Amino acid sequence: MRHLLSTAELTRDEAVRILDTAEAMAATQGRSIKKLPTLRGRTVVNLFFEDSTRTRISFEAAAKRLSADVLNFSAKGSSVSKGESLKDTALTLQAMGIDAVVIRHHDSGAPHRLAHSGWIDVPVLNAGDGTHQHPTQALLDAFTLRRHLSADGETPAPEDTALDGASVVIVGDVLHSRVARSNVSLLHTLGARVTVVAPPTLLPVGIEPWPCEVRYDLDEALAEAVPDAVMMLRVQRERMTSAGGFFPSPHEYHRRYGLDGERLARLPERCVVMHPGPMNRGLEISAEAADSPRSTIVEQVGNGVAVRMAALYLLLAGEEGIA
Amino acid sequence: MAGMPTREVLTASDISRSLTRIAHEILERNHGSERVTVLGIPTRGVPLARRIGERLAHTEGGAEIPVGSLDVTMYRDDLRGQPTRTLQRTDLPEPGIDDRIVVLVDDVLYSGRTIRAALDALGDLGRPAAVQLAVLVDRGHRELPIRADFVGKNLPTAATERVDVHLTEIDDVPDAVTISGGEAH
Repeated sequence: MRHLLSTAELTRDEAVRILDTAEAMAATQGRSIKKLPTLRGRTVVNLFFEDSTRTRISFEAAAKRLSADVLNFSAKGSSVSKGESLKDTALTLQAMGIDAVVIRHHDSGAPHRLAHSGWIDVPVLNAGDGTHQHPTQALLDAFTLRRHLSADGETPAPEDTALDGASVVIVGDVLHSRVARSNVSLLHTLGARVTVVAPPTLLPVGIEPWPCEVRYDLDEALAEAVPDAVMMLRVQRERMTSAGGFFPSPHEYHRRYGLDGERLARLPERCVVMHPGPMNRGLEISAEAADSPRSTIVEQVGNGVAVRMAALYLLLAGEEGIA
Repeated sequence: MAGMPTREVLTASDISRSLTRIAHEILERNHGSERVTVLGIPTRGVPLARRIGERLAHTEGGAEIPVGSLDVTMYRDDLRGQPTRTLQRTDLPEPGIDDRIVVLVDDVLYSGRTIRAALDALGDLGRPAAVQLAVLVDRGHRELPIRADFVGKNLPTAATERVDVHLTEIDDVPDAVTISGGEAH
């Protein structure tokens, strides 16, 4: 594997190797000196065509902790706003002698295009493309879940383990969610059982072949799945371009698909609450659920840096990428 | 590889005696085990460190000797141009390495680059009072100004030869050090 574009391309062994490497990275992040010399002299470009604060900062922290130099390129106020194409941007970066590109793009497939076009010959890491994939988010979710399945979430998970037998319920705006797509395939690859719950209007056409169960009723689904984790998706109102029609009102959405205190109390005792952030409190998740001790939302952010360090290490440190 | 067949240069009992001697030399050099922490470099340095730790404890009448492991992969200068290395565990025993006499343990000392990486890794983890190096085999061909304080066996080799250390804990075979390959002497 030379790029990290989609969790659907990852084999089980590759995914487990990324998680194990991330544990090794996480172990270095509790030290007083967090910086490692591993990627000294390498340059990583954060190429962000879409607004993102947390993912960009997380990738930037990961690259810097490995001593890589980081160039931040955001579309706003750049040559892109003057009409430059992805190809010309790529050729420019290649000419500057970069060693990896982290790309976020509003169009699905842009990272794949960048990786396979021949414009550049460095590893490409997808940091989210349109409604397609966000592989490092799914990997950090799997990392967080793997820790909670074996212990309390702070203790490193045993090496060479996956998520076999775990039950995960993913709730909400699946239609617009690259996090959902990435998670469904990765969780399935790692042996977990996945249930997706959403109103029919927020499910994509063609969901049938996905390796998961699809339900419309959250309470029924939670009762049947007996989940180890509930993953709440952000309602992506900025992508809901057609005027309304996805759900009658925020209040009704919250009542039927939001994680409120009552549903939280009915979850199995070991079940954790996950959210990729940023949250719409009061819409898909209540403040009570978001701030409860079961919530792993802040943990997920910390784990994200370790997972991105692992991805950068595996793609950049050796000559071949993931063997 | 053509050339000399595989030959055993250290047997299980040779290895055992070497480790016992190294343990005694460590105690002699440091006037006891009071501040000694033993860190093995993965993979085979880790069980060797454990064995040396046991011998130190035994000789010192059951004193607690902190033993751990130090992965140096992320500090290596030869990561590029090779398949990506899998990261191993770093396990620092209480009470850490500050002001301790850290004895690094590895199986084979060759170019010295692993030890250079280990010294850098230690520097990021704390400030030991002293760092000493124990190796089972010193096969020569140093590329850096590094030497071992405690050596099981000095083994002059040709660069084309291959030295293999087999340890029961890892390889599931009896302990042995073998040399293979290279030109006929």
